[in-house]
Amino acid sequence: MDRAAIIGVGMTKVEKSKVRETFADMAWEAVNKALADAGMTIDDIDNVVTTSSDFWDGRTISCMAVGDASGAADKNVSCVEGDGTYGAFYGYTRALSGSYKTTLVTGHSKGSQCVSSLITNASFDPIYDRELGMDMITACAMQANAYMNRTGLRPEDMAMVSVKNHGNAFKNPLAQLPMNITVPDVIKSEMIADPLHKLDCSPVSDGCCAVIIAHESVATKFKQKPVWIRGLSFCTDSFFFGDRDLARSNALAEAANNAYKIAGIKDPKKEIDIVELYDAFTYQELLWLEEMGLADYGKAAKLLEAGKFNMDGPLPVNPSGGLLAGHPVIAAGLYRIAEVVMQLRGDAGEHQVKKAKTGLAHGVNGLCGQSHCVWILDKER
Amino acid sequence: MSDQFQGIEPMVYQSKINVPYSWWAGDTATRFFVALRDEKKITATKCGACGKVFLPPRKVCPLCFTENAEWVNISDEGTVLTFSVARRQLAAIPQDRKVPVIWCLIKLDGADTAMLHYLDEIKPEDVTIGMRVKAVFSEKRKGTIRDISHFKPVK
Repeated sequence: MDRAAIIGVGMTKVEKSKVRETFADMAWEAVNKALADAGMTIDDIDNVVTTSSDFWDGRTISCMAVGDASGAADKNVSCVEGDGTYGAFYGYTRALSGSYKTTLVTGHSKGSQCVSSLITNASFDPIYDRELGMDMITACAMQANAYMNRTGLRPEDMAMVSVKNHGNAFKNPLAQLPMNITVPDVIKSEMIADPLHKLDCSPVSDGCCAVIIAHESVATKFKQKPVWIRGLSFCTDSFFFGDRDLARSNALAEAANNAYKIAGIKDPKKEIDIVELYDAFTYQELLWLEEMGLADYGKAAKLLEAGKFNMDGPLPVNPSGGLLAGHPVIAAGLYRIAEVVMQLRGDAGEHQVKKAKTGLAHGVNGLCGQSHCVWILDKER
Repeated sequence: MSDQFQGIEPMVYQSKINVPYSWWAGDTATRFFVALRDEKKITATKCGACGKVFLPPRKVCPLCFTENAEWVNISDEGTVLTFSVARRQLAAIPQDRKVPVIWCLIKLDGADTAMLHYLDEIKPEDVTIGMRVKAVFSEKRKGTIRDISHFKPVK
């Protein structure tokens, strides 16, 4: 099979409210950063994939509002509605199709401009569920309870994720919410929906991320060191919660296994050096790690406590601070890819981890992790 | 990136997206809601191939990819699989529900999948996974999911 690589990344700072920038302004910044990173001009890009959500953007055909600022004029431009990892997946398949050489992928959103509870409520089934008034937080609280009940996980265990990731964010100049907090601080923070305290939840954020994916034939033509895409897969669970086992994520287990298989990874616990995953809520970091086979089921908290997932531990998880330190919905998964790319190149600055040959980036779409996209990236071809 | 706009007051345009929308419930949900409204009965569809009983009812079995031709009556009692309790009056919560609001995923006896609904007549602290609950129907029923007012603990 042909190969493809990521040859440039650009991220805006993740912020609570980018009142000075429109969606297009954010895209302009991220795209130009990615082009500069790659050593390319917009003329070197032969097609564009934008990722956005009409509901979050408050307009229909939201992708069309950022095309110009993404340099898509007169180019083949297409769009994906969902997390940025899915937009990038599409970009990757385009690179492999033989029709394109260089795909620019962007993902953007602004949580600050809307009411996230109403937006996420609108993802419930309008006929059977929506008028009950649940949203992403109350839905994920339900998943957290199911997971805690199954594994014996305690609120203090989840809180450690918040302490770690907010702490990591101090070393990432693009993170929104670095915080020096303790487990009791998390437990004492406002209870929003049992068992999720305010500090168990990611904040509302604005941001845009861009990555450039190149077919192998041009991957080394530009200035930047390519980071090779070794394997990727996504998988989706049932829509209705009542059809799923909420204490598990079969979709993630399957997506991860497929990605490992494509990448030729036999023992992910040993072969993955760095992980950036979708920690929209504290418990998710633990559950996702377990479903990806990076910890045994119900055992991630113990490893976390022992320091395994710290920035200087044997398997750093979210050294950037993750989503808990800033969660621009839609763009968030693309940020995970960009962060892993920076780590594998050795360009992550203060939050650079020591050993980073093979990395995993993870994105989520849907309520309680209905769908998962897993990327295995590598410094070497 | 450029500072030519430094010191200029950022303007914000207040607006809202408010578009009336009608969801045609379709034959399957319509039949479910009519039984709920007129007979206070909870009904579900059953897959003719694997025998799985789906609540809320749908037309197609996602596992066998065949049409669910059969309807079965489901008990109004069941078991709580998981729950959550809103403590903050989140924007999505309907006007007539005040926090703490408890939602749960309930597997009713006779169904193979669970449904979402409210749990009430209990303190949040007393809710447990595995507890038995029973449907309380609304006085005025209009053919919506809220024709069930809520579930309450089975004494």
